[in-house]
Amino acid sequence: MHRTGALYGQFNTLEQQKDTASLGMWIFLVTEVMFFGGIMLAYTINRHTYFHAFAMGSNTLSIQLGGFNTVVLLASSFTMAMAVWSAQSGKKKLIPMFLTLTILLGFVFFGVKYIEYAQKFHHHLVPGRNFDITYCVNNPSKCEDMSAEELDIERRELADAMEADPHLNAHAQLYYSAYFGMTGLHALHMVIGAGLLLWLLRNSLSGMYTPEWNTPVDIVGLYWHFVDIVWIYLFPLLYLIDRHK
Amino acid sequence: MSTVSTTNTGPALKLPEKHYLNATYGIRSWLLTTDHKRIALLYLASVTFFFFIGGFFAMMIRLHLLTPSGYLLSADTYNRMFTMHGVAMIFFFLIPSIPAVLGNFLIPLMIGAKDLAFPKINLLSWYIYVVGGAFTLYSMVTGGLDTGWTFYTPLSTVYSNSAVAPAVVGVFITGFSSILTGLNFLVTVHTMRAPGMTWFRLPLFVWAHYATSVVMILGTPVIAITLGLAAMERLFGLGFFNPAMGGDPILFQHLFWFYSHPAVYIMILPSMGVISELIPTFARKKLFGYHFVAAASLAIAVIGFLVWTHHMFLTGQSTYAALAFSFLTFLVAIPSAVKVFNWTATLFGGSISFDTPMLYAFGFLGLFLIGGLTGLFLGCLGVDMHVHDTYFVVAHFHYIMVGGAVMGYLGGLHFWWPKITGRMYPEWLARIAALVLFVGFNLTFFPQFVIGYLGMPRRYHVYPPEFQVYNVMSTAGASILAIGYLLPMVYLTWAAFYGKVAGNNPWPATGLEWTTPSPPPTENFEVTPVVTWEAYDFHNRPDLGLDVPGHPEITPAHGHD
Amino acid sequence: MQSPLPFFPEQASNFAGHVDALFLFILLTCLFFAVLVTVLATYAAFKYRRTSPGEVGSLGEGNTLLEIGWTVIPLGIALVMFAWGAVVYVNFRTPPKDTLDIYVVGKQWMWKLQQPNGKREINELHIPLNRDIKLIMGSEDVIHNFYVPAFRAKMDVVPGRYNTLWFRPTKIGKYHFFCSQYCGTNHAVMGGWVTVMDPAEYAAWLSDEAGDVNPASAGEKLFTQLACNTCHLGNGTGRAPSLNGVYGGKVLLADGTTVTADDAYIRESILQPKAKIVAGYQPVMPTFQGLVTEEQILNLTAYIKSLQSQPVPAKGAGVAPATTGKK
Repeated sequence: MHRTGALYGQFNTLEQQKDTASLGMWIFLVTEVMFFGGIMLAYTINRHTYFHAFAMGSNTLSIQLGGFNTVVLLASSFTMAMAVWSAQSGKKKLIPMFLTLTILLGFVFFGVKYIEYAQKFHHHLVPGRNFDITYCVNNPSKCEDMSAEELDIERRELADAMEADPHLNAHAQLYYSAYFGMTGLHALHMVIGAGLLLWLLRNSLSGMYTPEWNTPVDIVGLYWHFVDIVWIYLFPLLYLIDRHK
Repeated sequence: MSTVSTTNTGPALKLPEKHYLNATYGIRSWLLTTDHKRIALLYLASVTFFFFIGGFFAMMIRLHLLTPSGYLLSADTYNRMFTMHGVAMIFFFLIPSIPAVLGNFLIPLMIGAKDLAFPKINLLSWYIYVVGGAFTLYSMVTGGLDTGWTFYTPLSTVYSNSAVAPAVVGVFITGFSSILTGLNFLVTVHTMRAPGMTWFRLPLFVWAHYATSVVMILGTPVIAITLGLAAMERLFGLGFFNPAMGGDPILFQHLFWFYSHPAVYIMILPSMGVISELIPTFARKKLFGYHFVAAASLAIAVIGFLVWTHHMFLTGQSTYAALAFSFLTFLVAIPSAVKVFNWTATLFGGSISFDTPMLYAFGFLGLFLIGGLTGLFLGCLGVDMHVHDTYFVVAHFHYIMVGGAVMGYLGGLHFWWPKITGRMYPEWLARIAALVLFVGFNLTFFPQFVIGYLGMPRRYHVYPPEFQVYNVMSTAGASILAIGYLLPMVYLTWAAFYGKVAGNNPWPATGLEWTTPSPPPTENFEVTPVVTWEAYDFHNRPDLGLDVPGHPEITPAHGHD
Repeated sequence: MQSPLPFFPEQASNFAGHVDALFLFILLTCLFFAVLVTVLATYAAFKYRRTSPGEVGSLGEGNTLLEIGWTVIPLGIALVMFAWGAVVYVNFRTPPKDTLDIYVVGKQWMWKLQQPNGKREINELHIPLNRDIKLIMGSEDVIHNFYVPAFRAKMDVVPGRYNTLWFRPTKIGKYHFFCSQYCGTNHAVMGGWVTVMDPAEYAAWLSDEAGDVNPASAGEKLFTQLACNTCHLGNGTGRAPSLNGVYGGKVLLADGTTVTADDAYIRESILQPKAKIVAGYQPVMPTFQGLVTEEQILNLTAYIKSLQSQPVPAKGAGVAPATTGKK
């Protein structure tokens, strides 16, 4: 383990080491943009072709849960930024506090995501043989978490969508492929981020980060903000296609 | 700096006492190394392994095609052979070959750094490569792969009966190795240059790798997500690319070629970088038009991203799209032409020797010329409608990737072998091998242009008898080519242990890597070097011990600090 | 065929001469540059070969004028190649009017082809000399490619959509056609022969052994079997628009836009009726996805095409009136 301000063998100065680390993270984030870009392109083309099915799929998501998670992530970005600020301005006590807050918010996000995923499994909305966009409307007793009013709205929307697209089920499955693909990848990035935050937390408790040397806090911060930004894109793309009128 | 005058004329040279090869011993010291030079050798061993696997498949293909009805393999086996040949050669040999072996070894040495910016990530990238390779090998031995290396859907995701999933996952994983290598190079070139090593003093090998890295980091993530989606489609029945479920198989091709066309530049740009080192060194003259060659590398990397649908002119895509992409394809040809002209111009007024690396450079020039010019036929819409997906294409890309990339790779290996191992290869044997390769290569692939234009489609396990003569020529050439590849493999290995000791700078060449002992110490340089000379400047380098004709600057003011 | 070492395939279509001429132009240009660079490099290699071990080269390091020259001149030549190629290709992608339409279905690993009168062939195609031929091609499984080297023409056959390929055979004879997009195990044997015949012979061949059903009449039968005729009444009084004169015409849609009723539109209307609703009608038509095969769709299309010459009713026509009176 490198102690405070450790200079790795390949570098000549701490300055150089810091520049290198943040440039590396920025380039990594560029690759991430391209990575998410590919699946977003697949999403966009299919949404264009099968708009009705995508709108229908989108309407089966809970905007309350999604909106709540958006707020949670924005808050976690704020606490992360505060952690970076604390490190840079030498407030050693504050670093672990803000890191802990960030981690907690991350876990709140996971919790909500878990509720959403579980509901989708329950409602037969996971791509595969059992996928059935009409499941809840046809089996209201199995979807006890939905109110009669919600079911009513869904029934009406479903009828309209079926009218517009006779292969609604297949195409809605494409929507859910995109949903699980994109949110799944995003969640994977969150898990990695949470791991990095825990590592930072451990180091920060031993007072390792100083105004002179806080590169890890800085670059993990960059990463965490990036993951939040991805969500800022995913939320409208997945939840807000064509909400109930 | 203290290393002066090291031409190979002096009395019995000795290897340095401590260098990166004998710094530590044992298998752990290799598998856990973070030394870029050792990682380069790990890569050398692994890409060579895949090269011979791919080469074996190639040999089976050529033997099978000796007769029109194919006596050797069944249709299914043949399809597996050409698919696995492509996958092994492209993803596991050509893409990592020059960057991960020569680039890894040389970039820090050339810019005067102690290592790459992220040594641990460098080692990680090798492990990722190995894991990806293991998945793909697993696919090869458990059912093989018969989709073509292009994995076109819905053949690969729905109809194929072979082990598609592990192969796709393997290629997906290996992509991350390439991303990390590119990231490491970019950051290293930006932040690790020695004092005085300005951007325009960088060897063109470094410029070429910089451009390659840009392609790697921008393109590879896209193929990763695409293959990820294809694997999910194969395993879980998602439908993005499956027309039966409303998906679009052409979307797969767009995403695939968005990476895989630029990937061609991942293969050829580093090779161009090698040639840009070889020609000035063996002509003992500055490279003609340094700035233009450097800019051409970047131009290729950028425009290379805008030409991908020229692989799809006949999918029924819009005529306007085809026109635009054909136009851009002609544009991307120009920087390559500029490079060829500059290399040729460098020869004029030089002092040219015909050491083996230079023979490879000449070979590269000839083969790349043919490969590049035949690209014009394919980029031209009115010819592509006839030669698309025929042997003309096969011949074209082998001229680029084997004639170009592999010639550059072997030229580079010979050139830097004394630096890597501290010992010289046997010169005459090496010259003969270079000649055998050149002849064998042309005999193998030139006839394929002709059968291509005659209309023989690619990926055929049987073919009409009128194409036989050219196929026999091609197979004959392939057997010569095989000898041409086995020879260097044997004598380079021999030379690594028993070759004549080379000294620091046997050629001599001007790069920073030649100012440190061969093999270099683990930390590369005893003292961080300070660069005071331009790239390939033989006239202001008295430390090289050359006869500079009555030049005023002969006083040894340079190269010392 | 010809010499033991042929270099050019036979020229048997309207494109062959153009493609070969373009090919030769590029070939000669490339040869010029290849020879130029080779001669220069070889000359330099001998003229400037090293004569003593310590010798160094001269000081030259570049010339901006030269650089501009060898950037701009090749660029100009490349643009000529591009433009010429574009002309040939645009012609190749734009089928003329009044073609002889042949329906082609590719499947692993055979080609099914159907003449306008319904005569079916497998891996064989007979066509008349000097007639514009249009292949309308679909795939039942993976991507294939229909390729006739002697015609210098090929086109992918993609599942889920139609691609067309046109040419005009100019020489009587028998020519190979191939699948040139890798499609699995027997890709290499998925091919056959195109026979170009004298038009009179072709006509005789076509009427010979008329065991096969004309696709239009097969389509007519299907039209009744699937009960399409209960809504799509010819006189325009049905729940669905009359199809008389629709093929090739402009159709006004409920959203105010118009589409051309081509094969792709008809296919879509059969498989996804709700995608484009004709103005003035309710979206009541059920989908026939899974109920009809690709070949049956082709037959239905052929039937609808045969209605082209039928009188268009004043009211209830599927095809848009000349002046779009929107209701």
